[in-house]
Amino acid sequence: QVTVRDALNQALDEELERDERVFLLGEEVAQYDGAYKISRGLWKKYGDKRVIDTPISEMGFTGIAVGAAMVGLRPVCEFMTFNFSMQAIDQVINSAAKTCYMSAGSIAVPIVFRGPNGASAGVAAQHSQCFAAWYGHCPGLKVVSPWSSEDAKGLLKASIRDDNPVVMLENELLYGVPFEMSEQAQSKDFVVPIGKAKIERQGTHVTLVSHSRPVGHCLEAAAVLAKEGVECEGGGVINLRTIRPMDIDTVEASVVKTNHLVTVEGGWPQFGVGAEICARIMEGSAFNYLDAPAVRVTGADVPMPYAKNLEDNCIPQVKDIIFAVKKTLNI
Amino acid sequence: ASRVVVASRNYADFASEATFEIKKCDLHRLEEGPSTTAVMTREEGLHYYKTMQTIRRMELKSDQLYKQKIIRGFCHLYDGQEACCVGLEVAIKPTDHVITAYRAHGFTYARGVPVREILAELTGRKGGCVKGKGGSMHMYTKNFYGGNGIVGAQVPLGAGIALACKYFGKNEVCFTLYGDGAANQGQIFETYNMAALWKLPCVFICENNRYGMGTSVERAAASTDYYKRGDFIPGLRVDGMDILCVREATKFAADYCRSGKGPILMELQTYRYHGHSMSDPGISYRTREEIQEVRSKSDPITLLKDRMVNSNLASIEELKEIDVAVRKEIEEAAQFATTDPEPPLEELGNHIYFNEPPFEVRGPNQWIRYKSVS
Repeated sequence: QVTVRDALNQALDEELERDERVFLLGEEVAQYDGAYKISRGLWKKYGDKRVIDTPISEMGFTGIAVGAAMVGLRPVCEFMTFNFSMQAIDQVINSAAKTCYMSAGSIAVPIVFRGPNGASAGVAAQHSQCFAAWYGHCPGLKVVSPWSSEDAKGLLKASIRDDNPVVMLENELLYGVPFEMSEQAQSKDFVVPIGKAKIERQGTHVTLVSHSRPVGHCLEAAAVLAKEGVECEGGGVINLRTIRPMDIDTVEASVVKTNHLVTVEGGWPQFGVGAEICARIMEGSAFNYLDAPAVRVTGADVPMPYAKNLEDNCIPQVKDIIFAVKKTLNI
Repeated sequence: ASRVVVASRNYADFASEATFEIKKCDLHRLEEGPSTTAVMTREEGLHYYKTMQTIRRMELKSDQLYKQKIIRGFCHLYDGQEACCVGLEVAIKPTDHVITAYRAHGFTYARGVPVREILAELTGRKGGCVKGKGGSMHMYTKNFYGGNGIVGAQVPLGAGIALACKYFGKNEVCFTLYGDGAANQGQIFETYNMAALWKLPCVFICENNRYGMGTSVERAAASTDYYKRGDFIPGLRVDGMDILCVREATKFAADYCRSGKGPILMELQTYRYHGHSMSDPGISYRTREEIQEVRSKSDPITLLKDRMVNSNLASIEELKEIDVAVRKEIEEAAQFATTDPEPPLEELGNHIYFNEPPFEVRGPNQWIRYKSVS
């Protein structure tokens, strides 16, 4: 059993060791061991050159990281949370994502932007936004969103080895959660391919598609529903793992079998990940197999309030997923 | 048979080199500055002249092509500022790195991209230096990172390139340029801080052409001493219309950086004859008289020409021959740029990613797909 935090730490350690062009920069990543302790022990092991504490200057240090990548280094640029990435978003989109295209392939930007994304607990409106839809919108970026420790380790390693700018949306509430890690997943060359979803649990009545923490909620919902005789595909669904490029084929193949689709995400509904999934299902072969309209479960369409009872009702809960499934199955 | 006299003078009549007095640079946090004399050989002078004249004529040709609507979108011309990009290039090594903003055609040429590839990029043809994918503001070549459209964003990028130079330990320097308008961007001050803190081998260069679009420096900056704006970073203010001044100052700055002392800042005082871009006539916020005065008293090419002729480094006829050769090169390049075909439609999907197996990209509707190869 390995926590997501330790899985990320292992990934960073292994990739720093494997390729000397890889380095980590961000606020508090070195001497503080990381604001969320993801980089614990790494500065002690690799020193100032490979693990760099930056001043509080997101736009500046993100641009510096992108510039370094353009010359062949492989930076891992940490945002303490993705809320702060908004200050630097021009560098992520205009300098990192678009450069390969604008230069007709002559300049690569092998950079990883990572950090916690979405709601935490009690951190209120300015610290709780989900950026999956924002970054997932842009060609030139890859966007990944791990759920389990295996996802976290494998996707971070794959992202670092990828020659393109990758945004990795982690989740603070998952950092302390332990997951089983197979022998294979503990090898130094274990990577999870970017762009491929994982079927967490098989089912026949409904397809639940999710990413990040809600995958766990979907699994719980599926367990409850299974007791009531409703098998949900995915053991919590299909775990997208990658937001862009999205593996819609896996979703389609599942919907063809189950005839029902429920998407689940933490972000806001309008223009969200679920909206994109529904649009693509409409456009593809699976539409003709739907027995009911596809349904979305999302964060509530408000800035995140502070009070616990309010906050709890702004995040998709297991009961909300179960309700949506029953609605779409008309039971 | 009759013989035609091609040149009235023999090369042996010319001096091989001459020494010139150049303006002293204003200094900030520096005990000493660049030398106030510069030696220029005949070969150097001819090279500087030809290069600046090529850029001048290339920009004027771009103006023409834009008015004929053969170049579209944004087009920010560099005529008047030639001494800056050429003075920089002759003072640095090919292995050094350069990054600038959108007024980039001169740098693109100086860093080695042929005129025909620059013009063909402006006209959006497949023979453009980036296959027509980038346009005026996004041209790249080895050790030249554009061409950047977002004002100020290139500055942190440049410091990042410098960080990589230091990381790789190859004694290379990054020359990071920005304008007087960009000098007020917050991310530049964030970059100054990190560059100084980490002693990055970055030479910050502010090309002060007195106007950020239509806003004069007096109306944009509480302090127009751009060479001091780096605060804890030493700076020098340089006459950007004098190529020798730019050259000497750049050598000084490059040496400073290469010795591991950290970043340094150069302000080049220069001037652009054109407006901000081709959609700006450039006379609503400044007077025609001002433009004319700079042209007649401070033109960088004229300054060089006068120096060379007066010091017997070259003859007027010889320089005229260079003008003719340059004109010819530009005409041929323009011919290429107007006749080369546009990129094939397939190019639309390419280069989204680097080193990636081919995949499909969506077009304007779900039935239109483009293949994307790296």
